[in-house]
Amino acid sequence: MTTLPESTTRKLGLVIDLDTCVGCHACVVSCKGWNTENYGAPLSDQNAYDGAGSGTFLNRVHSYEVQPLATSEMPHPAAQLIHFPKSCLHCEDAPCVTVCPTGASYKRVEDGIVLVNESDCIGCGLCAWACPYGARELDAAEGVMKKCTLCVDRIYNENLPEVDRAPACVRTCPAGARHFGDFADPESNVSKLTAERGGMDLMPEQETKPVNKYLPPRPKDQMDHAGDIDILAPFLEPVMEEPKGFLGWLDKALEKI
Amino acid sequence: MHPAPSVIVFTTLSGLGFGLLFFLGLGLPDVSGWVAFVFFAIGFGLAVGGLLASTFHLGHPERAMKAFSQWRSSWLSREGVAAVAALATMGLYAAGVIFLDTRIAVLGWIGALLSLATVYATSMIYAQLKTVPRWKTALTPALLMSISLAGGALLAGQIALAQILLPIAAVIQVIWWVRGDGALQGSGTDMASATGLGPIGDVRAFEPPHTGTNYLLRELVFQVGRKHALKVRVVAVLLGFILPLLLIFIPYAHVSVLVAVILHLMGIAASRWLFFAEAEHVVGLYYGKR
Repeated sequence: MTTLPESTTRKLGLVIDLDTCVGCHACVVSCKGWNTENYGAPLSDQNAYDGAGSGTFLNRVHSYEVQPLATSEMPHPAAQLIHFPKSCLHCEDAPCVTVCPTGASYKRVEDGIVLVNESDCIGCGLCAWACPYGARELDAAEGVMKKCTLCVDRIYNENLPEVDRAPACVRTCPAGARHFGDFADPESNVSKLTAERGGMDLMPEQETKPVNKYLPPRPKDQMDHAGDIDILAPFLEPVMEEPKGFLGWLDKALEKI
Repeated sequence: MHPAPSVIVFTTLSGLGFGLLFFLGLGLPDVSGWVAFVFFAIGFGLAVGGLLASTFHLGHPERAMKAFSQWRSSWLSREGVAAVAALATMGLYAAGVIFLDTRIAVLGWIGALLSLATVYATSMIYAQLKTVPRWKTALTPALLMSISLAGGALLAGQIALAQILLPIAAVIQVIWWVRGDGALQGSGTDMASATGLGPIGDVRAFEPPHTGTNYLLRELVFQVGRKHALKVRVVAVLLGFILPLLLIFIPYAHVSVLVAVILHLMGIAASRWLFFAEAEHVVGLYYGKR
């Protein structure tokens, strides 16, 4: 049934730290690697070795340049570059689920993960139309809709060491910019991070109630005052103005030439 | 949005077909025997042909039967259910009219209502999508239904009705366009809200996530050809509404009505192309393409 559950026991999801992400795309690669050979149809590529390559990805990293407004103190503020990983936000009011005509798309009552039952998917693409975030991609080889599963085949997988029971993107992130946990538990790491850092929803006006939260970039350090530019400068001041000894003699001898 | 030919053909033809079936269900024109057969055959041909065309864009058409299951929540599923119900009811009604020369009026009325309901369900597939502000309006069902009824009246030879319904559809079409042109800006969704970075300053897409294209860009971020939008709009209004209207004011003749129907169909196809090609999906904001 493609109606949404009234509420879910747990709300599993990700916190993505835009302050920490360095834009290395490791999460993109590990996501594709894990999900192309595990749950569901592989994530195919088309024309991977010629100029017009294209493929299915469940996680992509955008980059944005943000230009702060000029102020009287900062007439020419430097632009900030922000790397922006984007995958399914496992929304509480997921519009992709209710539009599905076959019941292939569903949101799990036990943990809130939004999944696609690929054997029921007719590949109409309407769920991708309904998603404001571009989280769903129709696989060109399989003709079924692919999306982030929150690595449902890792997080409960008792064949994996406990440390690996996290989504591949979280496990692989070298910067620690991705965190996985239960948002229904106010004491969880993700709930605390969201509270401390002002975790935000993407496109809140779309009223999808995303579970995943994004932590805004912190203000950059400012080193604009003259004294701050080089705090090591005082240590590099010349300690002796007049050379003495052999160097002093050489200096005077060369002056005379 | 990508103007897929299958979806344009589907909504154009099935809209006209169900419009014709609506009037046939009301007994307009009140025909029987072979003449009725031809009328119903055209109605069914357009409606069924359109529905079949819509399956061409599916990844797995062989599973299409599953799409009848989710009518409680999904407009796409409701459309399928309504279409089958309308065609079955009108089929029974048509059999009575053609072969038994008996018109079961109640059956015809139910079939007419179901035909209209099918067009409404089709329109709601688009009108429900908050992600496409141009479509997310009650004007979208009004537009698709008024076009379906105007075309149906034209095809059913209900000239007096067509003379009223065509101008109504034309006016709704123009209002829909004017509203649609400001819809994305009025929706409150922009790059600032999409990225949440608005509080820092002006947000600009710096690098896309990949050097090539992808499904999202092909399907949802269609941009080619919009520069001709105004010309296509003029063509759509001329062919779809104004010329057919002029033709049916000529003293009644089968040929002029036939030409009017063909022109109308071409105009509506142009309007439907714009319906998709001009529709801006908010995901384009993430790619800096809005």
